[in-house]
Amino acid sequence: MQWEPVIGLEIHVQLATKSKIFSGAANRFGAAANTQACAVDLGLPGALPVTNEAVLRMAVKFGLAVDATIAKRSVFARKNYFYPDLPKGYQISQYELPIVHDGRIRIELRDGAVKEVGITRAHLEEDAGKSMHEDFPGFTGIDLNRAGTPLIEIVSEPDMRAAGEAVAYMKKIHSLVRYLEISDGNMQEGSFRCDANVSIRPKGETKLGTRTETKNINSFRFVEQAINYEIHRQIAVVEAGNEVFQETLLFDPVKNETRPMRSKEEANDYRYFPDPDLPPVVIDNAYIETIRAQLPELPEQKRRRFMDDFGLSEYDSSYLTASKDTADYFETAVAATKGEAKLIANWIMSELSAALNRDNIDINVARVTAEMLAGLVNRIADNTVSNKIARQVFGAMWRGEGSADDIIEKQGLKQVTDTGEIEKSVDEVIAESGAQLEQYRNAPPEKQGKLVGYFVGQVMKKSRGKANPKQVNQLLSAKLKNLGRG
Amino acid sequence: MHEFTLAELSHLLQKREISSVELVETCLERAEQFNDGLNCFISLFPEPALERARHADELIGGGKAGPLTGIPVVHKDIFCTGGFKTSCASKMLDNFIAPYDATVVDKLNMAGSVMLGKTNMDEFAMGSSSETSFYGPVRNPWDASRVPGGSSGGSACAVSARLAPAATGTDTGGSIRQPAALCGVTGLKPTYGRVSRYGMIAFASSLDQGGPITQTAEDAALMLAAMSGFDENDATSAEAGVDNYTATLNKEIKGLKIGLPAEYFSEQLERPVTDAITAALNLLEEAGASIIEIELPNTELSIPVYYVIASAECSSNLSRYDGVRFGYRCDNPKDIDDLFCRSRGEGFGDEVKRRIMIGTYVLSAGYYDAYYLKAQQIRRMLRDEFSNALKQVDVIITPTTPSTAFPLGARVDDPVSMYLSDIYTVSVNLAGLPAISIPVGFNDGLPIGMQVIGDYFGEARILNVAHQYQQITDWHKRVPRDYQ
Amino acid sequence: MSFNKTTVQDIAWLARLAIDDQSIAGYEKDLTDILALVERMKKVNTADIQPLAHPLEIDTQLRPDAVTEENQRDDFQKIAPAITDGHYLVPKFVE
Repeated sequence: MQWEPVIGLEIHVQLATKSKIFSGAANRFGAAANTQACAVDLGLPGALPVTNEAVLRMAVKFGLAVDATIAKRSVFARKNYFYPDLPKGYQISQYELPIVHDGRIRIELRDGAVKEVGITRAHLEEDAGKSMHEDFPGFTGIDLNRAGTPLIEIVSEPDMRAAGEAVAYMKKIHSLVRYLEISDGNMQEGSFRCDANVSIRPKGETKLGTRTETKNINSFRFVEQAINYEIHRQIAVVEAGNEVFQETLLFDPVKNETRPMRSKEEANDYRYFPDPDLPPVVIDNAYIETIRAQLPELPEQKRRRFMDDFGLSEYDSSYLTASKDTADYFETAVAATKGEAKLIANWIMSELSAALNRDNIDINVARVTAEMLAGLVNRIADNTVSNKIARQVFGAMWRGEGSADDIIEKQGLKQVTDTGEIEKSVDEVIAESGAQLEQYRNAPPEKQGKLVGYFVGQVMKKSRGKANPKQVNQLLSAKLKNLGRG
Repeated sequence: MHEFTLAELSHLLQKREISSVELVETCLERAEQFNDGLNCFISLFPEPALERARHADELIGGGKAGPLTGIPVVHKDIFCTGGFKTSCASKMLDNFIAPYDATVVDKLNMAGSVMLGKTNMDEFAMGSSSETSFYGPVRNPWDASRVPGGSSGGSACAVSARLAPAATGTDTGGSIRQPAALCGVTGLKPTYGRVSRYGMIAFASSLDQGGPITQTAEDAALMLAAMSGFDENDATSAEAGVDNYTATLNKEIKGLKIGLPAEYFSEQLERPVTDAITAALNLLEEAGASIIEIELPNTELSIPVYYVIASAECSSNLSRYDGVRFGYRCDNPKDIDDLFCRSRGEGFGDEVKRRIMIGTYVLSAGYYDAYYLKAQQIRRMLRDEFSNALKQVDVIITPTTPSTAFPLGARVDDPVSMYLSDIYTVSVNLAGLPAISIPVGFNDGLPIGMQVIGDYFGEARILNVAHQYQQITDWHKRVPRDYQ
Repeated sequence: MSFNKTTVQDIAWLARLAIDDQSIAGYEKDLTDILALVERMKKVNTADIQPLAHPLEIDTQLRPDAVTEENQRDDFQKIAPAITDGHYLVPKFVE
């Protein structure tokens, strides 16, 4: 039988506020344990929450960016369960009346197709603390610095049909929250993580199958692996004549498999009810419109503008606008050249991207800054260096050897454009290459073109790559033609 | 000097006829003398109190005193007092030293008052008799074999026995007014949101409200002025300005329209209570007020609605007591669930556990709509009834309790009968209205209380009515024989 | 609705309350009685009535996004049952 996977994601995004969602404690990663947990975050007797205005603004921003409905009245509710790193015995979240609902976002798939994914809701809530199981023999240590960190939980419709689609969606949301500057999106630090709901059904069936929820996945690669594992597992279960259970799973990236969570939380009854400490959040049109007016340029708008203003292809524009950092890098670099948009784009998409991948770092901390890349591209544009030499210069810049001009100067890489000097090399090469010249002479005209390459290579070698390849080509072609006739 | 009212003491202090140190010493001596019998204090802080009294005397000497400077007060042990034990009368918090001050405590400190100690109460304010305390029951100064009411029983008892001129209390379903009535003192529950709840350990967040317990309405006005006001640390705190409560105390009540709800004078009301209320109403009529019959038809439902909402909120509010960060932890927990279950099972008393279980049940899957949601709907009906009635009348007068103080132990084994005794007070909390209980007579030597309910933020009005009544009566001046 | 041993135990577990066997019968009775009291609500028709979660129906107040709290770990951990290296300690558990 043919099976169709049905996937929905719940993405948790930590909001980049100065203080926590319900307290004035700092919202910062990496502090010593429990030094950023105040009376409210610890759930001390008598402590009360007061909502941070910035989290509302950020949620509305997100809602507007995904074309969602913004609730004029939203309500914080308590989700009750006991857990050692959940200080109050409940999490303040939004349940029946979330701040954002019914949105949508376009994702581009690997084959270039475009798909719309529905966003059921996005609600505000507080993060829990962290449990450290390794450092205290026989015990678990609780650090509540993260407790009360503002989160927006973005719940998609079950619109995705393959792990790749889920990854494309997750990347799109990641890019968007960075564009909106509502989150640093740092996945290593847990600022951006997701739960994947997966079920399968026979192709053509419209009813949903029983789903499992794989919790707390914090990388794009793991999401893909976890979903694929889960799809195959569920198919195997059903094809063996068994049933898929609704359960909560954890993904183990080392073993590349999912396993059921051991805690008894699954069968939990969360007893949601409106938080009596927090009256409803009421906002008006003016508030929403003020935020709309301040929205930054979004990826889709930027993509169009890159095509219109820089004459870039749709592919290049999509690539460059996929992340705000890449788009900013591109624009900064282009601004430092005489409109060399295409060259800059090519360099970002090839050499820079390869270097970033190799060293596994983000573009905003690239060792070749946008200004440095522009300096190099300017030297290509004015024929100071060839593309080939430029790659060598780029490598040197990446190693921290200085600016393009410094490196070209120091290493004497300036391109030779003096015709006399090039002609001298050409003549020398022809004189030294008797056998190859003989071969060239005997070759039929349609094959002669290919044999020119050998001579070009030798000339370039002689000039240590500095001869202008275009000039070398012209001179060689003319001279060989004459010799060929001889 | 212990028999003086707060206002009188304030006057004597300002005129420097007495010093705060003398006054505090007197109160502390009496507290230590009588606490063995009454059990109204969980903690007393003699040294810090005397130090604050000395400071108060300096302020008074420097002409920088306010009406509460140097006045001894006692706080219900539900208010966090930074650096001092704050137990909520529970084994769970027997070892809890609050790391911060409640807003109410802070405000009263800023006003110059001197904290003597913390008063006993029902555990986590859950009870109507002050018998559920981990520290044992509080006794009624009028008859030591009887309860003082609850949950703020220790506060009402201390003021009644003249161990302190003023006390703080909290009122979730009558916990200020009912003990005030049973101890023959004045107790005010302000409008929900008038007094900050920050640092006041939560029982039921949408119902809890702090307020004063004093000898007189005038004293309550002085205390409320210092306790109330907007607090940025409490999202439910009201932004409405604080009235000058003392300025309007002496206004005549000629033309005052008093609403009388027939539903509050049913057969379960003891005859002597009815008589005392009737007599009080007659006096108010003589002073120029008129009495209008009003209807509050769903009053009877306020008990079930209250017990659903209060229990639901408490089941969640008390989840933070898990033995992890503060409070009681069981010995040798074998795993994390054992830590949770035994710390809570051993740390909470029976009544608290009952309410947590009922609250857990009414919020659980499949029951939410039938219980919690239904209670919220009837809550709106009850509130609307009050709002409509208050369009026709200025205040509503009812008995505070159906009977006078009952014997210790009489109702502990029957929670439902205990709950039913709150019939006249809980609906006021459900609606969020202000109300005051004042003494209006005695039966067999036990005090009777009358409740005056006002409109939202109408504290000045009910204090005015209560004060005018106290100008023409002396019930509030009666002191139990053993404490004169 | 009345409570029996199982329902009392289920609710006690949900509320994380250890209840010893001798007291279960008492809880069965008390909770059943309280529920009977609560069920008096049933006779009222509440169709179309909006629930009231808060007596005053005010909007929430909001706090400006500013850090106002300092590190008070030492004070807060003085009252904690078990601390090591600034962490609250609990029996080891598996997630």
